[in-house]
Amino acid sequence: MDLQEYFSLVFSDYTLRTITLGTAILGAVCGMLGSFAVLRKQSLLGDAISHAALPGIALAFLITGVKDSNTLLLGALVSGLIGTFWIRGIITKTHLKSDTALGLILSLFFGFGMLLLTFIQKQPNANQAGLDKYLFGQAATLLESDVWLMAVVTGICLIILLLFWKEFKILLFDADYTKTLGFNTKFIDILITSFIVLAIVLGLQTVGVVLMSAMLLAPAAAARQWTNSLATMVFLAAVFGAFSGVFGTAISASQNNLSTGPVIVLVAAVFVLFSFVFSPSRGLLFKQIRFIKNRRDLKLHKTLAFMHEIAKTHENISHPHTVKILNNFQGFTKGTLKKLEDKSYVTLQDNMWSMTDKGFKIASNLYNQQDNNE
Amino acid sequence: MNKIAVKVDDLTVAYNYKPVLWDIDLEVPEGVLMAIVGPNGAGKSTLIKSILGILNPIAGSVSIYGKPYKEQRKKVAYVPQKGSVDWDFPTTALDVVKMGTYGSLGWIKRPRQKEKKAALEALEKVGMLSFKNRQISQLSGGQQQRIFLARALVQSASIYFMDEPFQGVDATTEIAIINILKELRKAGKTVIVVHHDLQTVPEYFDWVTFLNVKKIATGPVKDIFNDDNLTKTYGINYKVSIQE
Repeated sequence: MDLQEYFSLVFSDYTLRTITLGTAILGAVCGMLGSFAVLRKQSLLGDAISHAALPGIALAFLITGVKDSNTLLLGALVSGLIGTFWIRGIITKTHLKSDTALGLILSLFFGFGMLLLTFIQKQPNANQAGLDKYLFGQAATLLESDVWLMAVVTGICLIILLLFWKEFKILLFDADYTKTLGFNTKFIDILITSFIVLAIVLGLQTVGVVLMSAMLLAPAAAARQWTNSLATMVFLAAVFGAFSGVFGTAISASQNNLSTGPVIVLVAAVFVLFSFVFSPSRGLLFKQIRFIKNRRDLKLHKTLAFMHEIAKTHENISHPHTVKILNNFQGFTKGTLKKLEDKSYVTLQDNMWSMTDKGFKIASNLYNQQDNNE
Repeated sequence: MNKIAVKVDDLTVAYNYKPVLWDIDLEVPEGVLMAIVGPNGAGKSTLIKSILGILNPIAGSVSIYGKPYKEQRKKVAYVPQKGSVDWDFPTTALDVVKMGTYGSLGWIKRPRQKEKKAALEALEKVGMLSFKNRQISQLSGGQQQRIFLARALVQSASIYFMDEPFQGVDATTEIAIINILKELRKAGKTVIVVHHDLQTVPEYFDWVTFLNVKKIATGPVKDIFNDDNLTKTYGINYKVSIQE
């Protein structure tokens, strides 16, 4: 199947439609919530939570003995939440920095989870195979009921986001100040964090424990490059996330045997890369172009100022001078002279230049006042 | 004597074992412009944060116009240290100032025309109206400080707490800010400022508190701003005479 075939099948084929919808919704909700994680500088929290969910999946299986995805995700949710509160506890109760706390919980829970997985594999139970799909995810196992669950959670998340938009925003920007205004910052904080945990747990089946954090961070990091408004950023992150999901699924479905989770993450990474380079205000490319243009302008002004110094020693400012005297001036090129002529600051005639009234006026007012820079 | 705006009793705060503030008793009369001075680590910011309920004290109580702070929130506005937030946050100057109205709006309700108007007026007062749509990272340090001040002005409180509002701002901004503070005092407000520049204390303030873990002295600048108290606070033989 190639890409074209995929897009013609996506509306008719039941399995393909389910998977595509699922990854799109997942991408959208992760992008939305990921924006908050990124702005709170808690980018790694997602990584720690997703790894912390693994022992929950294993324990849920050990206790119930069935491989029902909802039961397993419930286990993931519980152990993810425990991990999160431990991280918060470590940060507030000890003097360890948050990166240490995150790393500690991440490896501790993940190690315990892997231990349980190997233990389960040794069990004489035919049902145990396939638990390891939660490590890297397997979108193909998504059922319609899973997608419904994702849609409902995303819907609730959207409502909460709209209701508490103002509270989320002010907490992200200035938590102490929020407290003085009388808001219960702990409540807002727990609300955001719980939804981040929920989104991660929902994504485990599709993207897996190891790569889940990229679903949170990549769309948000890409979106931040394009806007200076929080609302636009959250919206763009949701769009980028959803497109990563759709394109990732399309690519993996059309190239046989490519695992969906990693492809989705790679597509999201392409969004990030593109945004880092091409965004108009923060992108590397335009920054470099602006930088070069600024330097050129400065050089031009410097040359003009130098000419002004020479011209003002004569009574007649348009007294012609030979181009040669400019040759030793740093940064002077024929191009500069041509540009000055184009702006009619100077006139040129047989290797002689003379300053115009306009050029003289501009040169004597260069950078005189701060306001001119505005 | 005026009414007492802020009253602190037996306040003790500790982060670890050693107290940062020890048994502070303090009364701030209404309508004064007060500086809190003291060396680094003296607990100046901690004092403000404890009064505002950002930190939990080990012991002691705080009252605002005779009632607990929780009941008097709307009478109090806070200007945190400029460095306490991330100025690369995706928002505009006007949006930050609007945050000052969130407290009176309460949960869920969004700011509307009335709040926007108040925010614009505050921006005008601090001379930042033309920057209202600027992304906040593109403001200079002094402009960011003015935005914070405007955010507090929008709260139209009776008591203003400010944590080093003059830190890292140029002379123009410093004068602009002090003029606003003096206007607030003229309007009968109480303004409490953590301040570092001892030379300007007599010029800017009429009330002063010396703090170094314990309260050293508090009262009118003209009575207590002297070598004796400065030496007790800073531990070195300090001369006010540097003013000349």
